[in-house]
Amino acid sequence: MNLDIALWLSQDAITNGAVYALLAIALVLVYTVTRIIFVPQGEFISFAALSLASLQAGQVPGTVYLLIAGGILVVAADSVGLPRAVALQRLPGRLIRQMALPLAAGGIAWWSASRPDDLWLQIVATLAIVTPLGPMVYRLAFQPIAHASVLVLLIVAVAVHYVLTGMGLVFFGGEGLRSNPYSSLSFNVGVLNVTAQSLLIVFASVTLMAALWFVFERTLYGKALNATAINRTGAQLIGVSPSFSGQLSFALAAFIAAISGLLIAPTTTVYYDTGFLISLKGFVGATVGGMASYPLAVVGSLLVGFLEAGSSFWWSAFKDSLVFTLIVPVLLWRSLATPHSEGDERQ
Amino acid sequence: MRASWVTALGLAGLLCAGGASGQEITIGVTMGTTGPGASLGINYKNAFQLMPNAIDGVPIKYVILEDGSDPTAAAKNARQLVAENHVDALMGAVSVPSTTQIALIAEETKTPLIALAPVALPPEKLGWVFIVPQPVPLMMGAVVDDLKSKSIKTVGYIGFSDSWGDLVLKALKQSADPAGIKIVDEERYARADTAVTGQIVKILIAKPDAVVVGGSGTGGALPQIALRDRGYKGPVYHNHGTINREFIKVGGAAVDGAIAPTGPLMVAEELPDSHPVKKVAVDFDQAYEKIFGAGSRNAFAGYSYDGFLLLKAAIPAALKAGKPGTPEFRQALRDALESGQAVVGVHGVYTQTKSDHIGLDGRAVVLAVVDGGAWRLLKK
Repeated sequence: MNLDIALWLSQDAITNGAVYALLAIALVLVYTVTRIIFVPQGEFISFAALSLASLQAGQVPGTVYLLIAGGILVVAADSVGLPRAVALQRLPGRLIRQMALPLAAGGIAWWSASRPDDLWLQIVATLAIVTPLGPMVYRLAFQPIAHASVLVLLIVAVAVHYVLTGMGLVFFGGEGLRSNPYSSLSFNVGVLNVTAQSLLIVFASVTLMAALWFVFERTLYGKALNATAINRTGAQLIGVSPSFSGQLSFALAAFIAAISGLLIAPTTTVYYDTGFLISLKGFVGATVGGMASYPLAVVGSLLVGFLEAGSSFWWSAFKDSLVFTLIVPVLLWRSLATPHSEGDERQ
Repeated sequence: MRASWVTALGLAGLLCAGGASGQEITIGVTMGTTGPGASLGINYKNAFQLMPNAIDGVPIKYVILEDGSDPTAAAKNARQLVAENHVDALMGAVSVPSTTQIALIAEETKTPLIALAPVALPPEKLGWVFIVPQPVPLMMGAVVDDLKSKSIKTVGYIGFSDSWGDLVLKALKQSADPAGIKIVDEERYARADTAVTGQIVKILIAKPDAVVVGGSGTGGALPQIALRDRGYKGPVYHNHGTINREFIKVGGAAVDGAIAPTGPLMVAEELPDSHPVKKVAVDFDQAYEKIFGAGSRNAFAGYSYDGFLLLKAAIPAALKAGKPGTPEFRQALRDALESGQAVVGVHGVYTQTKSDHIGLDGRAVVLAVVDGGAWRLLKK
């Protein structure tokens, strides 16, 4: 172990930690607003990375059909329980509202698949496919049970995770894919060989975090989300719809997951089930902040990144075990350090 | 209402069972085409589309059940196939744990099993189990032979942190130790890892002459890409789990020159005409790629197909001894399978006897190298 190795490992730790930090922020956001532990987040990462790779191979990814089917299901779910005449009368408007985005995303994807060299179009198409899946998942799986206990919501989240993983296998097959690098530039800083790719990951993460801070502090929608996170009933009383905050938080989480997927797609081989493990590491980071604090979640994620880089050097056989064991001392410390109240379960 | 449903189901079950005991051979298969083994399982299952529906004029029925790569589900499927479908032989599964589970059931119910993955049981428990894939030591032995011929003295190892990584490392040590080749560093990684920087840095510090990767499929590409990114110039070896076209697609230029052992079918056209497996393997590759596309050939479909060829060679003798669906037929099928008959498959020549239920030799392994974006036979 010398300084060179320490620098190499730190570079790796910061690059990975930046991705985990983004995911941790999304997990905290969804949990504080809806009390859902967002287990399916990993699938959105895989969907984004694999959709990008499919588009680069000139194929329209299967996620497009999932999106269109999801739109139809949302319209159906919205119409259930209404008198037939009312449902029929509202149907055209609903179809236009719910199907416009999926069909547009499908169109972009189809166009992009015919232009395998247009990277920007591929990125736009991927974001357009994956982001609307978030609110759809919320509408179909969680909105009807929004008032259930945290445990029930967790169980449903696990179920959604399995459904989406299975779909990923159908769409993309069992073997992994890797997308083309955004840039093959690299330059030497002292002993370090810094790639443009890793700089992009860190830069994109920091920018996205700053943008999220801006949304929460300076915009009405962000403040509405914040209000719901602090007190659900209170927010409802002043006119913030819980369904709307739920869908908005899922849209943001899916967007963040899609960005993370785009960032890791060229650096590693992504399988249909890769995302789960990555978002689990984000989850470990988020627990450091007690699933409530954004800055602590970022610190926790960087900690996970460093622990992972260090253990991959010294004890690579136990790397994942060490990373996930981190959760035990963290939980111990949190349960001793924070006063416990009985009313946490139902706010 | 419920009772009548149960009766109806029971009747349907009886009818199916009745059908199976006629002059028809039933082969029960359990496969994992979902779950962690999916990337292999899909290939294993594809080969069943190439298998004929009759042998010697006797119709064959394949009952293929899904186990989701889960050993418990595989065991449940095997029990169901034996008890309800009255199968004459079992085939499966796609992973070592699943295959081990169904081997125990084959042994207990005295049903011949064609194991499509290695089995982790001592030989005395394999009386009814016939194994298709090459043993890992046979494959890694070929790698060590190549290391020796290049006068390589030190090797770094990086493999999956699962039983596959263990198996490959153990087999590598088994051949490398007597050859005087030292394994200077052992590292592990997981398929879902986003980076292997730490492990690669440590391997580079040990300065090995060559690196052996114990991954499988596209998962084997990550360490090699990282090694090349860090400027490692030595040869990189893989194992027989790595060979498919996706590996090259994912690895790109970084995996050029990667060497791996494999069954002859992967490079069948390039084999010398004197190679005993060439004809069967070329025919299989052509038939398979006609359905699944150029370059879709893979070792796993080959294992399924060889399993079928083993049964096909044994069935005529068994038909003389008894009717399908009876214990006599199953006993005769087992005896025929271990009769020492040489069966030419796509992976090698199987000579399975009472004491050797694998029966493969050096003809079952060739070395392949990535050359110009395709797997080619490594010329010695």
